Amino acid sequence: MSTTAPAPSRPTSSSAPRRLAEERRLPWYHLVFTGLAGLLVAVAALAIFDALSVTSAILLGFVLHLLFGWGYSLLREGPRWATDRLMTLLVIGAFAISMFPLVSLLWSVIARGLTRVLAAKPNILSFWTTDMSGIIGGADAGGVTHAIIGTLLITLWASLISIPVGLFTAIFLVEYADQGWKRTLGKGVTFLVDVMTGIPSIVAGLFGLALFISFMPDQSVRMGIMGAVALSLLMIPTVVRNSEEMLRLVPMDLREASYALGVPKWLTIVKVVLRTAIAGLTTGITLAIARVIGETAPLLLTVGMVTSLNWNMFDGRMATLPTFINQQYRNGNANCMADSVTNPINHEVYACSITTNIDRAWAAAFTLIVIVMVLNLIARLISHYFSPKLSR
Amino acid sequence: MSTADVEAERSPSPSTSMSSDRRRYGDTVFSVLSVGSGLLIFLTLAAVAIFLTTESMPAVIASQEFSGTADFSLVDYALPLVFGTVLAAAIALVIAIPISVGIALFISHFAPRRMAAGLGYMIDLLAAVPSVVYGLWGGVWLVPKLEPLYVFLNTYLGWIPLFAGEPTAPMRNLASASVVLAVMVLPIITAVSREVFLQTPRLQEEAALALGATRWETIRTVVLPFGRGGVVAASMLGLGRALGETMAVLMILAPGATFSLHILEVGRHNSIAANIASKSAEASGVDMSLLIFTGLVLFVLTFVINAIARWIVARSGPRS
Repeated sequence: MSTTAPAPSRPTSSSAPRRLAEERRLPWYHLVFTGLAGLLVAVAALAIFDALSVTSAILLGFVLHLLFGWGYSLLREGPRWATDRLMTLLVIGAFAISMFPLVSLLWSVIARGLTRVLAAKPNILSFWTTDMSGIIGGADAGGVTHAIIGTLLITLWASLISIPVGLFTAIFLVEYADQGWKRTLGKGVTFLVDVMTGIPSIVAGLFGLALFISFMPDQSVRMGIMGAVALSLLMIPTVVRNSEEMLRLVPMDLREASYALGVPKWLTIVKVVLRTAIAGLTTGITLAIARVIGETAPLLLTVGMVTSLNWNMFDGRMATLPTFINQQYRNGNANCMADSVTNPINHEVYACSITTNIDRAWAAAFTLIVIVMVLNLIARLISHYFSPKLSR
Repeated sequence: MSTADVEAERSPSPSTSMSSDRRRYGDTVFSVLSVGSGLLIFLTLAAVAIFLTTESMPAVIASQEFSGTADFSLVDYALPLVFGTVLAAAIALVIAIPISVGIALFISHFAPRRMAAGLGYMIDLLAAVPSVVYGLWGGVWLVPKLEPLYVFLNTYLGWIPLFAGEPTAPMRNLASASVVLAVMVLPIITAVSREVFLQTPRLQEEAALALGATRWETIRTVVLPFGRGGVVAASMLGLGRALGETMAVLMILAPGATFSLHILEVGRHNSIAANIASKSAEASGVDMSLLIFTGLVLFVLTFVINAIARWIVARSGPRS
């Protein structure tokens, strides 16, 4: 501390100007030098220990850079700036480390998933237009039509349940819960929506299961609507939250202007409030759908798994993309006795591949991520282009 | 746009005389619908509690604690699962909190302002990836990659109980599951912390800078004390998410049921959620209600954690 603080009582001493100069910050490119030094030493050290790889070099290089940068800055700039440099590097490192899983995950999904989608026989779209019926052993064939249809159907039904309930709850919270018992009810609802946000997805699945098996004679009943109910339990709080936020953004002036013209309350809500907030509402609902469409755990419990297409939400098990990924992953590597496998029933011959199950899982993951990202993109575009310009 | 709607509305409304009936009717319907939706939320949560309780009753009644005769014990069954769940979530938080706070600081105070929104979006992308894809990525890609690290930790830091034991490949252990859980809770903690850090009073920050503080000193003396409550609440929210997460644990962890602290050993732990997911397909009768009972335990656990988090936000949050 005593060496760093340029004491005002000592400006006359001969060393003071040098100390002041030491306190000045160095230009940023000195960081590049220390960084390169760290990287070089890391590469050299790893080469000696025969453990050289891009990842390990970057990791060790970063750690060494922390050390070198700090020491260099300590010598040239003083301890306060050295700490500042160290913390800056650490904070940047935290961000870089968080990009690592994102990049590697997206890369794996694209590299392994897209490859499998494109390699599908007989044509490029086959993976999306065939299902898994008749696919046995390590047969390098099959697709996810049944899972895509299942996912879309179940999400559609979950949305049909959640969007009206969520939207009307948000309207209640913003427009009606202002006095008396409704105010108390509103506070309770806000609290419960908070609680619902925190419900683990597996518990939502258990609820869907417990609800239906307590009414049904058959304990092993599984069907699409059970999954939709479980998912709507997860979707309602998101819809309420997002919609409430959007409705509160609508200026009071607009409502008052409408009331002043003698427009009834419900018409004001429909024609003024909802119409002003429509872009935000659509965005929020799309994001809620995107969140729910990738849920796996509730569907594992409630809809089971099949190998072929099932359009009926109220009868029989359904396949969905997330549960399909899980199932294929659990199947693991296939057994390949020969180069081809023959279905004993319809005598179709398929090429055999050991990794066929995992490949299908990646391809389904790619499909799912594409759906989720498209939904997110739609939400962004809507909020970007259609939100009302309230300031003008 | 909206003012035009109001004007369009003006012309018919004074002229029609029969509208008063329709108006009252519409108002009633709308009011009933929205109040009904609010009540439906109450009913839904009540139904969740009631169904989970009633469906788990057979297991409670048949258990050793209650009847004294049956061959299984609720506590013996549930406690290792609770232990595994809490341990996995705790390790995930230990990994995720420092990184999240770092990212939040980077986005709110270090990154150029023009880039900040885009970087925030990158972190949000992490939250958009479905959990089953994380499980697949963790199980296929990450687990082999972590093996050298585990061997290193086990060899050189094996005297710490956490890293002791005998790890065997493939490393489907609690540590791998926790790493994936950490990635999954990262966006949640980051988003809340970032919001709180951005609300630090501008004048205080500028005052610190004007006194000659470096950027880190400003953050340490102004931003972090201001945001402490927010970071704690964010971590609790992340904890709630990590406790309830199913797929990452189910797809990565080789299950077991012990109170072992050796997180590198395979087949020692399991979490409540993963246990339910793996056994529900074959379970029926008392087995099923035992699973539902553990689900109830998880529900209560996450409810308490989330309630504490909300309470902290409400008490110390800048938005109150």
